[in-house]
Amino acid sequence: MKVLLNGIIKENPTFVLLLGMCPTLGTTSSAINGMSMGLATMAVLIVSNLIISLIKKLVPDMVRIPSYIVVIASLVTVLQMLIKAYAPDVDKSLGLFIPLIVVNCIILGRAEAFAAKNNPLASIFDGIGIGIGFTIALTCLGAARELLGTGAIFGHTLWGESYGMLMFVLAPGAFLALGYLIVVFNKIFR
Amino acid sequence: METVLSLILIIITAIFVNNVVLAQFLGICPFLGVSKKVDTASGMGMAVTAVLVVATAVTYGIQKLVLDPYDLAYLQTIAFILVIAALVQMIEIILKKTMPALYQALGVFLPLITTNCCILGVAILVIQKDYNLLEGLIYAASTGIGFLLAMVLFAGLREQLDLVNVPKSFAGVPIALVTAGLLAMAFMGFSGVDGGLKILFGL
Repeated sequence: MKVLLNGIIKENPTFVLLLGMCPTLGTTSSAINGMSMGLATMAVLIVSNLIISLIKKLVPDMVRIPSYIVVIASLVTVLQMLIKAYAPDVDKSLGLFIPLIVVNCIILGRAEAFAAKNNPLASIFDGIGIGIGFTIALTCLGAARELLGTGAIFGHTLWGESYGMLMFVLAPGAFLALGYLIVVFNKIFR
Repeated sequence: METVLSLILIIITAIFVNNVVLAQFLGICPFLGVSKKVDTASGMGMAVTAVLVVATAVTYGIQKLVLDPYDLAYLQTIAFILVIAALVQMIEIILKKTMPALYQALGVFLPLITTNCCILGVAILVIQKDYNLLEGLIYAASTGIGFLLAMVLFAGLREQLDLVNVPKSFAGVPIALVTAGLLAMAFMGFSGVDGGLKILFGL
């Protein structure tokens, strides 16, 4: 439980550690996109944490990082095929950012900082915690941008596009919205 | 003539219209991490540009000579990331020997170029957009220049930012993100330029 909460609040990957910024900014043009990216990353993170904590004794220290990257890249390839087959819409809207999960610093960071030092069960929970923290952050950011930009949330119209600031769906809004969200997070939790 | 014009179009689009950082959100980590001083920012920008061009050349070769003929396209992600990791390691060793000052300045961020998504992103984009080798290399180089431009501009802004008082909750990253947002807004002024040039060039 402590490990779980740690990932969501104290070491929230987006708001506190500021890792994995590219998908955070690039895929959150709507709440649903942000959420699917968060869940995809969480899936990879949980399995990679598990595998890496299982193989940590077999891998020599020298080739640690490359072998972790191979594990993560294989998992991402599997995930990419699954998404292409079962959720082609998600594949279309996330596009390039699915293969780029490989270079998401959160996953390699957790492998190195947590999974390589802890037992498999704790590593799974760490993956779940960090994954939930990341998903919440991306969903919040996506929801804020969608609401401000198009006046809708999860596709349900609240006040319509005529009052929307389209800028928030486009590139500058991503930076602005994330900046203000971090301020809010700092005010509440620190 | 037409090829030259289409190359110019690729260059302008990659640097200004679809800027890699400010419009495509690739390579945000170094953009936020190493942009406190103009000279380290430009060093990082140049390192990324160099790695981008070399990595694109090598990954393009691997895609066309190994993955495509043997029907292994699904191994793209794994193959590319390994090649990029090896390349970065090599460049690190070379820099350490030949330019120790720059090596010192870039510090921990040099190995991080491996996990800089713009390298892998551009390598995949070149294949996706079906560029030939020349177009791909030009695209990679101009993407790198776009990255360098964004880094230097942003570092200049952040140097000024150090001199002003910001509210406590905004200190550090949040104000940097807001600044980046304003910079991205400025770059939005270029949107549509690529379409206009296409008409002007008659492509």
